[in-house]
Amino acid sequence: MARGFAGTTLRIDLGTGAIRRQPTDEALFRRWHGGRGVVAKICYDEVPRDADPLGPKNVFIMNTSPMSGCLIPAGSKVEFGSVSPLTNGQGDSNMGGHLGPALKFAGYDMVIFTGISPRPVFLFIDNDTVELRDASGLWGMKSLDCEKKLKDELGEDYEIATIGPAGENGILFSCITHDFGRQAGRTGQGAVMGSKKLKAIAVRGNRSLHVHDMDGLIRHVTSIIKRTQKHPNMEPWQKYGTAFFISWSNDNAVIPTRNFQTTYYEDTNKIDGDQLVEKCLITHKACFGCWMNCGKYTKAVIPGKPEVHLEGPEYETGSLCGSNLGMKDINHVAYINWMLDNLGMDSMSGGGVIGFGMECFERGLITEKDLEGHSLRWGSVDDVEHFLDMVANRRGVGDWFAGGTKRAAEKIGRGSEKFAMQVKGQEMSGYDGRWAPGMLLSYMTADIGAHHNRSWTITVDMAEGRESVEGRAKIVVYLQHIRPLMDTWCICRLFWGELDITPEEIVETLNLITGWGVNPEECLRASEMIWNLNRCHYLERNKANGRTFDYPPARSWEDKIPSGPGKGKGVSREQVEQMLDEYYAARGWDSKGNPTRAVLEDLGLKDAADNVERLGLLGVPIPGGIPPVRGEKYKPKAF
Amino acid sequence: MSPKPPPAGQGPFQRIKVNRDNCTGCRLCLQICGTDHFREINPKKAAMRIEAKFPDPGKYRPYVCTQCGKCAEACPVGAISRNERGAYIVDKEKCDNCGACVPACPFGVVFQHPDLGHVIICDFCMMCTDMCNTKAIVPWERPAGGPGEASRG
Repeated sequence: MARGFAGTTLRIDLGTGAIRRQPTDEALFRRWHGGRGVVAKICYDEVPRDADPLGPKNVFIMNTSPMSGCLIPAGSKVEFGSVSPLTNGQGDSNMGGHLGPALKFAGYDMVIFTGISPRPVFLFIDNDTVELRDASGLWGMKSLDCEKKLKDELGEDYEIATIGPAGENGILFSCITHDFGRQAGRTGQGAVMGSKKLKAIAVRGNRSLHVHDMDGLIRHVTSIIKRTQKHPNMEPWQKYGTAFFISWSNDNAVIPTRNFQTTYYEDTNKIDGDQLVEKCLITHKACFGCWMNCGKYTKAVIPGKPEVHLEGPEYETGSLCGSNLGMKDINHVAYINWMLDNLGMDSMSGGGVIGFGMECFERGLITEKDLEGHSLRWGSVDDVEHFLDMVANRRGVGDWFAGGTKRAAEKIGRGSEKFAMQVKGQEMSGYDGRWAPGMLLSYMTADIGAHHNRSWTITVDMAEGRESVEGRAKIVVYLQHIRPLMDTWCICRLFWGELDITPEEIVETLNLITGWGVNPEECLRASEMIWNLNRCHYLERNKANGRTFDYPPARSWEDKIPSGPGKGKGVSREQVEQMLDEYYAARGWDSKGNPTRAVLEDLGLKDAADNVERLGLLGVPIPGGIPPVRGEKYKPKAF
Repeated sequence: MSPKPPPAGQGPFQRIKVNRDNCTGCRLCLQICGTDHFREINPKKAAMRIEAKFPDPGKYRPYVCTQCGKCAEACPVGAISRNERGAYIVDKEKCDNCGACVPACPFGVVFQHPDLGHVIICDFCMMCTDMCNTKAIVPWERPAGGPGEASRG
């Protein structure tokens, strides 16, 4: 098979150890495009609705797209997908680095794991050699240590993904780590991998990929490279990576501070991008085929602790483990980042969970007695170190937090759910939505909970009015189609968002590689189809009207921002309800948040409509019909 | 891609200078090199390599051809000769892929690939330096035989 595909899909039954090679189903990829789309379809079709996400019936998929590795701007992403133990809905998460392209160069487009291995194993791929190898000696190792050991044993040219103790112990916000600092962090994919007793994946390959129009591709991509090298955003991105946004977010009153209590952090200048570059930077680090090198490989130096090396903290970790925990030294933020990476926990959810724990401690809802004699104070890296050890090993109250903030609040009670900063079980990204209503709506409605990669609207809110919710719903719908398309294509979103590569240019690249001849509108419809399929999947698993699940924690509308440039600002309960009404209308769903047959059939999802109808969760027909096009095209300003 | 002519006033030899601390490990150079020469996408067919040393010390190291000529000296069949720009060019008819030049290269930038019946050596087309966005590898022209013959990787 040519035209962007490596040609082979692996199906691995971990229960029996059987490895099957199948020709990659191009029709499946043509309809669902790859990455997140194909993963969503397979999970919808193959995972029984009552299956435990950490049980043998869940599938675990590592996927690429026809674009991966094919000279596409930053076509480096590898997508992991399964039903999420954190959200109990379709889950996916991706990471950059070099693993996705390596899988393609080894000859494989996708690996689908089923079952549970009777003993710890790791997947070894070297071109035609595909083996499940014993990982008893690796089980229990921390993520970064395990990657180092495998590189030492197998060779530096293997690309390796690992999980840490958190993934092994079923901590629901566990991540998958690769390239000493790239993580597929969200939706607990590391916990699913751990539940399958799959400790690591090691891949090497030297095969070639062929494309539809090589001359056209080289011409097209090299002209994009030359143009974007001169883009004004290139320099700050190369210098700081996303850490640039720490001070920007503080200036614009969205930075989460002390568990989202306020949006202004008085010590931002101690944890911002300048501090990172000045005190921690070892080298700039890029993913495969990316000339923007936003990755920062760093060291954390704290007297009395070993010097540690890590990648980051980038913006999300820098805010959620920095201002959100009241940290006053960039080395402390970096050290917490390293601890989470090495334990194998998502450093975004991890920051949210620690912040929630700190507020519970401040309010006396958990005490030193619960914490084995330790405290959990704002700004204390030692307290965090002990707390994370309790969580990773599920000791004492650590077990409560192992399920994330939502489940911890259910255990702790006493009003703590108000400030458990999550939606659908997934902790919020590093932006407070109280003075950015579009961002709040993005969190509320995202298929995987409060994550920013589906839709990010801070600059939209700034341009369209931060006190008003007018027009936000349609823009959020559009962004929820265009941004996840990048995850479907397994390419990096930042080239579109920050360097002004247009969707048309990306689709042209797709066509030059595959010869599919698609246009951007068709791609957006495919993305909308994926979105609606995931919504149906969520409703079928959780068996209640969609609106039930789309509310943020009460802090987001009850509390006004208490300090900083956003002082006194906030979203009201009425605005939350209004945004949901407008959002559902813009999607062609009914006011209960359930997709209607009209929209599902328009997208070719009749089976899904039948499935939700059987559960009584099909949306009632909209008087006047559904909008012919859902969402309103909008290109947010970069920053 | 046709080779770039050297700037006026400089010698005819087209070299590559390595600013090794600038390398971010993106391997765009490897991708474009393999792709442009073989019309298929394969960074393992590139005529250079990037070493990644992680987690300690946490550095990338690009290695490129320095035109030292050890490969030509080691070749038992005389298949490697220098062209007018200083590049060591492999005669694909003469080369029997014996591999004697591979260990002879002090920087490990002579390669064999199972698809090919000949070795791969940099022809100094300069596509890699043209794409590099961090100036980790840049064009560097100087007369042959002068001091500092080998640019260290």
